[in-house]
Amino acid sequence: MMHLPFLPRPIALHIPDGFLSLPVAITFWLISIVFINMAIRKTRGQFGERQIPLMGIMAAFIFAAQMINFPVAGGTSGHLLGGALAAIVLGPWAGMLVMVTVVSVQALIFQDGGLVVMGANIFNMGLLTTLVGYGLYRGAANRSRKFQLGTAGFAAWMSVMAGALLTAFQLWLSGTSPLRIVFPAMLSVHFLIGLGEAFITVAALTFIFQTRPDILSDVQSQGGRGWILTGALITLAVLLISPFASGNPDGLERVAMNLNFIQRGAEAPFQILPDYTIPALGETGLSTIIAGGAGILVVAGLTMGIIWLIRKPRHIES
Amino acid sequence: MHINSFDHYQTHESVIHRLDARVKIILTIILIISNALLPDGAWTAFMLTWGLVLGASLLAKIQFLFLATRSLVVMPFALAAITVIFSIPGHALGTIQLGNWQVVVTEPGLLRFASIMIRSWVSVQMAILLTATTTTPDLIHAMRHLRVPDILVATISFMYRYLFVLSDEALRLLRAREARSAALDNQRKHHTKLRWRIKVAGNMAGQLFIRSYERSERVYNAMLARGYQGTLQTLNPHEMKTKDWMMGSIVILALVLLQIITHR
Repeated sequence: MMHLPFLPRPIALHIPDGFLSLPVAITFWLISIVFINMAIRKTRGQFGERQIPLMGIMAAFIFAAQMINFPVAGGTSGHLLGGALAAIVLGPWAGMLVMVTVVSVQALIFQDGGLVVMGANIFNMGLLTTLVGYGLYRGAANRSRKFQLGTAGFAAWMSVMAGALLTAFQLWLSGTSPLRIVFPAMLSVHFLIGLGEAFITVAALTFIFQTRPDILSDVQSQGGRGWILTGALITLAVLLISPFASGNPDGLERVAMNLNFIQRGAEAPFQILPDYTIPALGETGLSTIIAGGAGILVVAGLTMGIIWLIRKPRHIES
Repeated sequence: MHINSFDHYQTHESVIHRLDARVKIILTIILIISNALLPDGAWTAFMLTWGLVLGASLLAKIQFLFLATRSLVVMPFALAAITVIFSIPGHALGTIQLGNWQVVVTEPGLLRFASIMIRSWVSVQMAILLTATTTTPDLIHAMRHLRVPDILVATISFMYRYLFVLSDEALRLLRAREARSAALDNQRKHHTKLRWRIKVAGNMAGQLFIRSYERSERVYNAMLARGYQGTLQTLNPHEMKTKDWMMGSIVILALVLLQIITHR
């Protein structure tokens, strides 16, 4: 019997139980349930009774595809999260349902992500990624193949960034991580993870375009302009909030307080020198992102060391 | 690949194993919610909850080592909370010098961090216990009784069925790559370009997709041939017995009491 205690899967976004406060967890459960119900209704019309085997096997595909990696420098490797790819090859609603299944099985059977916080994980990794992934890709319909592939890559990158941004937001709202660290840290780490996602997504799509273009051809025309709008809005939100949250956390805190998101006096001044920026770069969003990134690299190195120590030899057996 | 390489079910005969899967799922969720409701620093309550989990795992003959090693899955996420130690203002406990940075460990910060970690750690152990004492088919079937939409349950059971098949397929692709490009991720990687490595990984993902897609078409045809009508049938009757009701209510009562006493 071979046990794989640490499956090589992107774990950075799977929030475990205990890291989100109950109000945040419940809110995202409710939002996710609305989307799941919509997705169930829409896919029933699209696939009929073929729906269940197709969705189930596609979910297993995403799970297995997350094992495929490509080595980058320094022992790290690029992985696939799969939300954007699922939405692009199957259509948005089916992609959502597939990702919901993947995230729930990972939580329920492998404890990869918590149960009470599962609503949030489903939304971050399953719904948001497919919304922005498909939305952007849909916008490239009727263009040249090169343009479509480029858009798909950008969409995949954006899906990871949007998921990371929302995860950071939830952690902050729960009082688990301070705003001015969690935003730059999550965004800088996922900037790179997102690149890996984009590369694999584009390469996989290129392959599918060459071998089974028929699967892809009818998907892109699904759904109306609402998708393009949704994708564009999420992209815009990510692009606007990221520098703002990183460069002006106090401003974001004030907005959140005005909107009644947080009642507490929030996290007061930092005791870390000097205001979490790198002095030479001045007090810009970029400086904060780099500072946060440097900090996270140190701790990430430590964690990777621990994982490297406890994992089994990496030869592939069956 | 054997099914057990993923599945963490532990085959034993015990009261916990025999408990209805519905009861186990509900108790797990209530215990995790209860943990979330406990205030920071409620050490006694955390310890009592942990004692409950350990007691149950003892009854279920699950080794502590198994729980402890599996529960390490939450550790990487500790990164997300670690900065809270320095960021909540309060009584300073000490200073750590990190290169040019000087960070101050505060008492409320440390308290918050420890509470988050314990909450998470106890919760994940309960979730591990759930999967260690319940077979996955039972777990999935119980979801149907718990009003999870039929389509989602059926999709999940299909995913579970093909998880191993497709993971095997992925492992075959990985092994083939290793065999043909001289253990890519080890010593020889300097000889290949990143662009090429990405292309190979992408081709593998695309190949896996097409094999999966075509498999789903074959599976659907086979199901039609066998009289599939849109829902999956089960021969396993899930019945709540007196013992299930008793066990469920006792644990829930205990957790409610714990909350009342802690919040008093």
